[in-house]
Amino acid sequence: MLYPTYTRRSDPFALMRSMLRDFDRASPGHVTQPVFPAVNVWQGDEAVAITAELPGVDPADIDISVKENVLTLSGERKAPEVPEGARWHRNERGFGRFARSVRLPFVAAEDKVEARMTNGVLRIVIGRLEEDKPRKIEIKAA
Amino acid sequence: MTNDVTHTADKTPAETPETTTGRRIYRPLTDIVETADGVTLTLEMPGVAAEDVDITLEKRVLTIRGKVHAMQPEKLQLAYAEYGEGDFERAFTMSDDFDPDKIGAQVSNGVLTLTLPRAADAQPKKITVTAS
Repeated sequence: MLYPTYTRRSDPFALMRSMLRDFDRASPGHVTQPVFPAVNVWQGDEAVAITAELPGVDPADIDISVKENVLTLSGERKAPEVPEGARWHRNERGFGRFARSVRLPFVAAEDKVEARMTNGVLRIVIGRLEEDKPRKIEIKAA
Repeated sequence: MTNDVTHTADKTPAETPETTTGRRIYRPLTDIVETADGVTLTLEMPGVAAEDVDITLEKRVLTIRGKVHAMQPEKLQLAYAEYGEGDFERAFTMSDDFDPDKIGAQVSNGVLTLTLPRAADAQPKKITVTAS
């Protein structure tokens, strides 16, 4: 790798930092792993909906919490019990604990959060606080 | 099977001819476990209800299809998407010692579990050797 020494000559640590960055990128732990669960966000004037695919997760194992404008989704996907002496042919699915936070575009009205799970797809609808909604300002004729 | 943070394997499109509507067809992630009595397949098909699953076994090819009903919350527009919606399809070539009438299928929380018991006459028989 080539490290240009002429840039930022006033900063003696610039070279070191740039080398460290390259190490970070090369180390296997730094590979950006896709986060679980993948979410889709739907937006409207008065509400936001978040849908997530959580196949194989029991609705009882999901925790949803909303604090101001951050929604946190956490839980566990339990590994299936495999009888003894079984032989794995394929193992593509993942299991374990997960946690994910989503920042909402507004402060959530805590009593207007509704979550529903159908066929492994979770859907959370979050309403907006009444006093937080944009108000139309009328222009008075002079 | 550790307690690590669950990863999302990216949804991969199935290797099927493209659809006329332009909808994607995805390949469901599958776990396959073999025991002495048969084979169990576990397929992830989020959004697929039990009545929308179609399973066929023809000439040793087991084809699994799942129809997804698009989920669009009322009055809301999609603002950010990390996953795509689409039907699921995947096929496996099986060994021919399964009894097609005894295949069991069950859907729960978007996961299809298929149990294929081995045909009775294909069960390995243990032959005892007697000393003369």
